[in-house]
Amino acid sequence: MSSSERAAALPQWTRATSTWRDALLVTWAVARRDRFALAGLVIYGVLLVVALAAPVVAPYNPQDLNYRPDGEVAADEVPSLPHWLGTTNLGRDIFSQVLFGARAALVVGFVAAFGVVVLGTLVGLFAGYYSGWVDTLLMRLADVAFGIPFLPMAIVLVAFLGPSIWNTVLVMILLLWRDTGRVIRAQVLSLRTRSYVEAARVLGASHLRTMFVHIAPNVLPLSFLYGSLAVGWAILTEATISFLGFGDPNVISWGFMLQDAYNSQAMARHAFYWFVPPGLCIMLAVMAGFFIGRGYEELLFPRLRRR
Amino acid sequence: MNRVSFLLGRLLQMVVVLWVVATLLFLIFRLMPGNPLVAYIDTNFTAEMQQTLLRQFGLDRPLHVQYAIYLGNLVRGEFGRSFFSREPVSQVMWQVLPNTLVLTLSALLLAYVVGVLGGALLAARRGSWTEAWGIPAVLATRAAPEFWVGMLALAVFSFTLNWFPSFGATSPGSVYPNWWAKVVSWDFLRHLTLPVLTLALYLQGLPTLLMRSTMLEVMDEDFITFCRMRGLPERTILLRHAARNALLPVVTAFALGIGYSIGGNVIIETVFSWPGLGRTLVRAVAAKDYPVAQAAFFLIACVMIAMNFVADLLYTMLDPRVSHEQQ
Repeated sequence: MSSSERAAALPQWTRATSTWRDALLVTWAVARRDRFALAGLVIYGVLLVVALAAPVVAPYNPQDLNYRPDGEVAADEVPSLPHWLGTTNLGRDIFSQVLFGARAALVVGFVAAFGVVVLGTLVGLFAGYYSGWVDTLLMRLADVAFGIPFLPMAIVLVAFLGPSIWNTVLVMILLLWRDTGRVIRAQVLSLRTRSYVEAARVLGASHLRTMFVHIAPNVLPLSFLYGSLAVGWAILTEATISFLGFGDPNVISWGFMLQDAYNSQAMARHAFYWFVPPGLCIMLAVMAGFFIGRGYEELLFPRLRRR
Repeated sequence: MNRVSFLLGRLLQMVVVLWVVATLLFLIFRLMPGNPLVAYIDTNFTAEMQQTLLRQFGLDRPLHVQYAIYLGNLVRGEFGRSFFSREPVSQVMWQVLPNTLVLTLSALLLAYVVGVLGGALLAARRGSWTEAWGIPAVLATRAAPEFWVGMLALAVFSFTLNWFPSFGATSPGSVYPNWWAKVVSWDFLRHLTLPVLTLALYLQGLPTLLMRSTMLEVMDEDFITFCRMRGLPERTILLRHAARNALLPVVTAFALGIGYSIGGNVIIETVFSWPGLGRTLVRAVAAKDYPVAQAAFFLIACVMIAMNFVADLLYTMLDPRVSHEQQ
């Protein structure tokens, strides 16, 4: 089903939701009816708890070098009781790094997804509502954004702006709003002709009020759908940029850990305890986004659920 | 609006997008920290070489003149000289582009064959155990970071089992009379295996899920019911009738896939040290070899934008139901 078909299928049930509060309630309903979506929410929940509790729970500072009782640097240690997942080639505790990595993932994932969805939704709302030259301009911008190879552009921009976690987030927001923007626009185009929207206009509601009070709540579930997918993509993208060596050197992220392991030949030394856990964490976090997204999709497009 | 003018419109749009991307590149590399000349001239170049480049790119002229010269050079494929190898950039590109194409196309072919068959299977077994586990498994392959899967593959198949070499496209010191002899050599194929399998594992997710959902859509259509009424065996219906009609979006996705995976190849090529376009870009950006970085980026963008156009073209030509009437 193409995005425009999806948008056309949507309004049958969204007609009932007319306030932001209702939209949020609908969002909440997703988790209760789909066990995959529930699993996704549980993963995000665990991620949040680990990220918050990392400084308390982590046995070591993830950046500190550790020493053996005899004063030697505890480098390349295999998993043991003091170091559950062993240590890196410089003697840093891997388990603590995995815990702290959740913080970077959470911040990047949610801030980037929020930015992408807010920007995409705004573009979609304005393009769909005003049509005419506003629409043409914004949609040609989207075409350009689709024509830019994402990872290469991210690398070049981060290299240009300087390696920091916020630049990584900024680049993602600048390039990834395009999908949300197009889908929201298609939805707004069909909502705009509804009688309740016309009624609001006749009653003297301003353009902005019509857009944000009457139309926006009806596209919000779609924004959430794209947002939940964007969290996963953002975590994956941050990891990729870090792995390629353009990440923030001062932030311990799972991608940074994998780059560290790759560069110090952990694979040749069979140090599976080093590079398996961070990759698994990324995979789980991204899957959580997919699962929640699927849950939304089945709620929004019941035609799919029948299958 | 008929088909021809639709495609002409898309062609024009493609050129405009390329122009915008080229302009962005111009701005980014001119704004790079340091003297604007750093985009093309390394201080280690000989004075004579510096003068030639200065003239070739008009670096001593005002910015708008530089921009015009820049666009002219792009059209002619003139990218300057690499800061490191001192070779013309176009020569560097010609060395790495074939490697990228071989890697991408073989991985895509494998991914789409597996994906089409797997997706058809998932559709045929709807509601079964296969589907219940198959879909999360496919989602897992899309969620796993490519570079991590590559690292696992290296750790297991190269460093533990010693089945495949761990880096490069050929063994150090090997010489071949020509490019074709190299590509069909046993050594090259052994180097190619792990990157292709890793890339294909990631790429198969899209065709699998796409094939499944379009198959399910097609299975609802009247002509399938008609096939059933004719008493055709289920297998024939699935393969000869449903699958054939479900292939259209997959074919379109294949063209798009070439574009997107060439952009995404930076990952796989870096993990396996595959001497291709993506790895060249990563290394050039990291080493501030701006002329090479610029050219690699532009080439990737060209392939991607061209493939977006091809996808539109295929979509229009293959499905007579697609119309481009002005709404």
